[in-house]
Amino acid sequence: MKEKNNESRRQFVKNSTLSSMAILLGSPVVFGAHLTSDIRPIGLSITDWNELPGKSNDLKVLNDRPINAETPAHLLNDALTPNDLFFVRNNGIPPKNVNAQSWTLTFEGESAKRKISYTIAELKSRFKTHTLNLTLECGGNGRSEYNPPAKGNQWTTGAIGCAAWTGVLLKDVLADVGIKSDAVYIGYYGEDSHLSGDPDKNSISRGVPIAKALESESMIAWSMNGQELPILNGYPLRLVFGGYPASCSGKWLSKIVIRNRVHDGQKMEGKSYRIPCDPVAPGAKVADEDMCIIERMPVKSLITYPKSGAMIKKGKKLPLQGQAWTSADSITKVEYSIDFGVTWTACQVSSVSNKYQWHRFVAEVDLPQKGYYEVWARATDSDDIRQPIILPGWNPKGYLNNACHRIAVKVV
Amino acid sequence: MSKPNSSDPNAVPNWRLFIALVKFTLFTIVLAFSYLLLEDSIDEWINRKPIPIVKTVKRNRITDDIPWDKVVNGIHVRSGLYDDPNVQTIIGACTSCHSSKLIIQNKATREGWEQMIRWMQKTQNLSDLGESEPIILDYLAKYYAPKKEGRRTNIDMDAIEWYVLDLEQ
Repeated sequence: MKEKNNESRRQFVKNSTLSSMAILLGSPVVFGAHLTSDIRPIGLSITDWNELPGKSNDLKVLNDRPINAETPAHLLNDALTPNDLFFVRNNGIPPKNVNAQSWTLTFEGESAKRKISYTIAELKSRFKTHTLNLTLECGGNGRSEYNPPAKGNQWTTGAIGCAAWTGVLLKDVLADVGIKSDAVYIGYYGEDSHLSGDPDKNSISRGVPIAKALESESMIAWSMNGQELPILNGYPLRLVFGGYPASCSGKWLSKIVIRNRVHDGQKMEGKSYRIPCDPVAPGAKVADEDMCIIERMPVKSLITYPKSGAMIKKGKKLPLQGQAWTSADSITKVEYSIDFGVTWTACQVSSVSNKYQWHRFVAEVDLPQKGYYEVWARATDSDDIRQPIILPGWNPKGYLNNACHRIAVKVV
Repeated sequence: MSKPNSSDPNAVPNWRLFIALVKFTLFTIVLAFSYLLLEDSIDEWINRKPIPIVKTVKRNRITDDIPWDKVVNGIHVRSGLYDDPNVQTIIGACTSCHSSKLIIQNKATREGWEQMIRWMQKTQNLSDLGESEPIILDYLAKYYAPKKEGRRTNIDMDAIEWYVLDLEQ
């Protein structure tokens, strides 16, 4: 039923898009009905891409150069986020005409014992293949709520997703390359180009401390949910680090450098993906040298069913479903409140198959009388850390907002 | 034989003297301690001084020497209202009954300000504002509009598409 609704909605969106095309072009689009959602007349393109390739029209596009699109909360209800619904956070322009057969990944750097390149076929044949369910969240997810406002893509709640990634463990490949004892960081380079088109500029080149690189869930992946990576999510090869800002998980991955210092690539320095080392008051000016790199992402949860705005009949129980995730070992508790945090009731929380997979939670919610309700959810992790119900500490770039999610519900 | 000294008649006065000495010593110690503890307050009590009179510095309210049309940083100084070609209309209509501070501390949409005017007309003897009303409402809605700020705003009611959640499936 839900599928059907989506389908008809897509159809509606497509039809209305085509009618507006007709208005723009001054004539009806002949055979318009045969156009698939992947094709649009060239004259209408507003970006380098006619559409978001491989992506649902239900994603909310925040920016089209570079492409940034988030997933509405109610479309994140699957245990594993489908590829066409997985959010997109690009810093540059994805490569075109990618040839996965000839694609290589090169390892080098001050702390690499040797320089070596692998094709994807070599990665597949030389190292053990793993599939792990890993959650990726943009460090700026939730930015739109900060005040004073922070510049950048105004993510609400949808720069998050959890997929089954297939690839090799980074630590297995690093062992083959050889790491010198002075290694402290790895940095990545990808084949996306800078927005300016300048080939000498990287759009983004970040990384993680060596200890994170050597974790048993840190991957070089070529597949997402059993399919090729979507082009916007890094096809043909990418890094996946659960529990860290998703910007660490480099896409269109072509080079990894093993560094004897903290990696100094594009968006590692200045204020990018950094928060004040010491807490500051809202609106404070913070010098670059007082900003520290974000490592672990905070505990967070999202109500994914029902969609905000549900009206139910008095006497019915509201089925509540959602996802909860953390960079700690696991989620230990998810609670909901229907009275603005006065009382909290525990949800059922499912177990996970590996660290950094999000946990599903479900509950049957009693709404005692007619009227307007907000259902809030908050998660607690194995470090006994839980989500704030108002915003966490303000920071200049608006990162790490893990305030509890809220939906509006009416009993009629 | 077993109590050789109990019948000694001289023992009784010696005991009494001893107890008196102990009492005196204890009393002296208590007195000394009390003095140590209360020294400052006793001194203060002995050397009492008159309570100093703190002079309150009175600040002048908006005085007549500020010109009616003085504007600093976009603020009409005498009223504290945002300056605007129509600010005198607002001052004339509103501040004869209440302080401009009552305007400044409030935030509302045009509709909300209109409701306040209706309430004042209904209960506070505010007369019909005639042609001034739209001017006043435009001014208030422009400068004293609600702001979306704070640690958490309301869920955006305008953005919600209410739907019936069918639980029969």
